[in-house]
Amino acid sequence: MLRLDNISKTFNENTANEMKLFKEFNLKVEEGEFVCVIGSNGAGKSTLLNLITGNIYSDKGKIYLDKEDITNKKEHERCKDISRIFQNPSMGTVPSMTIFENLSMAKNKGEKMGLSFLANKKDRKLFKERLERLNLGLENKLDTAVSQLSGGQRQSLALIMSTFTNPKLLLLDEHTAALDPKTSEIIMEITARIVEEKNLTALMVTHNIDHALKYGNRIIMLHRGNIVIDLEGNMKKDLNKEQLLGLFKDISDRSFFS
Amino acid sequence: MKDFLVGVLGQGFIISIMVMGVYITNRFLNFPDLSIDGTFTLGASISAILISKGVSPMVSLVIAIIGGFLAGSITGLLNVKLKIKDILSGILVMIGLYSINLRIMGKANLPLLNERTIFTQGNNLITALVFVFIVALLFTIFFKTKMGYMIKGVGDNEKMIISLGIDTDKVKILALAFSNGLVALAGGLMAQYQGFSDINMGTGTIIIGLASIVIGQTLFRKVKFLRESTLIILGTIIYRMSISLSLIAGFNPSDLKLISCIIVVLALALGNKNIIFLNKKMSFNFTKPISSYDSTRV
Repeated sequence: MLRLDNISKTFNENTANEMKLFKEFNLKVEEGEFVCVIGSNGAGKSTLLNLITGNIYSDKGKIYLDKEDITNKKEHERCKDISRIFQNPSMGTVPSMTIFENLSMAKNKGEKMGLSFLANKKDRKLFKERLERLNLGLENKLDTAVSQLSGGQRQSLALIMSTFTNPKLLLLDEHTAALDPKTSEIIMEITARIVEEKNLTALMVTHNIDHALKYGNRIIMLHRGNIVIDLEGNMKKDLNKEQLLGLFKDISDRSFFS
Repeated sequence: MKDFLVGVLGQGFIISIMVMGVYITNRFLNFPDLSIDGTFTLGASISAILISKGVSPMVSLVIAIIGGFLAGSITGLLNVKLKIKDILSGILVMIGLYSINLRIMGKANLPLLNERTIFTQGNNLITALVFVFIVALLFTIFFKTKMGYMIKGVGDNEKMIISLGIDTDKVKILALAFSNGLVALAGGLMAQYQGFSDINMGTGTIIIGLASIVIGQTLFRKVKFLRESTLIILGTIIYRMSISLSLIAGFNPSDLKLISCIIVVLALALGNKNIIFLNKKMSFNFTKPISSYDSTRV
C-alpha cells in the first residue's frame, strides 16, 4: 500500500546545524492497517508525514503509494489520494465559508474545479446524514460559518471532509493534541469509527500513549529517524502502558550515553 | 445639482468595476496587489490608442481586458514561480507598466476629442450602468462556481485547498489575471468617458478601491441583492460623492489623493473593533465586519 524505500533526508546540509534525520529509512504499511506512530520530539514523526504528503522532498529513496511511484509528485497531486488532518483545528476547513460550502468542496475533491456551480441543494440531505452520525448537532448548522464553531466541532468536520471521498491513505498529525481531554476522546472515537467503517489505511502520529495503545492495529516508535519498536496484531494488543513507557525510557537512556 | 449627480454616478459606476477587481485580490485572495495602479492606466492607454487608430471602441475594450489579464498573470507568476513577495511583485509590475504605458500611448496624454467612443451615442449614465450591471452579474455568478470558491478558499486557508488536490499556484495567477482584467476594463471605460488617457490616471487606484470597499462594507453590510457587488457599487458612489463634495467645498484637485487617504484611515479605524476609545463613543454599529471577512484586513 504505502512503501518508503531507503529514504534519506538531511536538513541544513553542509552547515554547522546539519542534521541527518533519516538515513536509508524503510517503512511498509499494508492496506487496511491503522498505524500509531509515537516517539519523542525531534524523532522525525512530522517529517515522516511531510515526506509522504510531499510537503518536503527526500534527498534519496523512493516513495510508493499503491505500487505507484509518487516520489516526484507534487503535494497537490498526492493530496488527491492522501488526506491529512492537522493538529490545528482551523487547518482542515475554510473558516469564512459555511459548513455546507465546506462539505461541497470536500465532495468535489480531486475533480476539476471549473465554471460549474459548487453548491448543490440536493447534497444537503447527504451532508445532514453524515453530520448526524457525529452526534454534535452540526446537521442543523449547515449554513453557519465554520469560524463560529468550536475547535472540536471543526476537527470533526475536518474528519468528515477529509474522508468524504475515501482517500487511499489517511494521515492524522496529532489531530487531538489541541483539544480538551473530553473532546479529544470524542474525536478519537469518531476517527476510529470512520477508519473502520470505510476500511481506510491510516497513519496516526500521537503523543498520547493511551490513544496509541487503545486504537489501531500496529504501533511503531521512532527515535532519531529510526524505527525502534514495531509491533502489530496480538503483540500490540498485549502491550500495556508500563511496558511501553519502560521501552521508551530504555531507548532514551541508551542513546543518551551513546 | 443634476450635473453633479450625473458626474458622480457615471464615474462611480465605472470605478466600481475597478473596485470589484480590487475586491477579488484584497478580500477574496488576500493578496495586496499593487499592480492595478499600472493596469488601470494600461487599460486606458490601450483603449485610447486603438480608438485613435480607428479601431471600434468595443473591440478596444476587449483588448484592454486582455492586456490587464496578461499584466495580472505576470504579477502572479513573479509571486508564485519566482517566490517574490506579494507586495513587491505588484510594485514591480506597476513600475514596469509605467514605461509600457508610455510606449503604448507614445506620449503622456492622449486626447480622444473627436473620436467615436461607446459614450458618443445615447445617455452616458445608462451606458455606464449597463456595463456595471453586466460585470456585477458575472462577478456574482463567478463566485458561486467551483473556481470562484477555490479563489476564496485560497485566500482563507491555502492548505485546505491544496488538500483538495488543487494547484493553488494556478488559482492565484488566475485570480490576479481576472482582477487586473476588470481593472483594465474600467481604465478603458474611464478613458472613453472622460475623453482622454493620461499616464498618471491610475495613481492611487488601490487607495480608491480600498476606500470604496471599506465604506461599502461598513454601511451596507446587510444588503442581500448581489451581495458583494452591490456593496462595492454603493460604496464607490459614496466615495465619489465625498470626493466631489470636497471639490465643491473648495479643495484643489491636487488635494484629492490626501483626502482619499484620510477617508481610508478613518473608515479603517471606525471599522476596527479593537480600538477601544472609538467604540465607546460610537452609538451606531460600526464594530462588526461583514461575514468573517475582517474589514480591517487590507
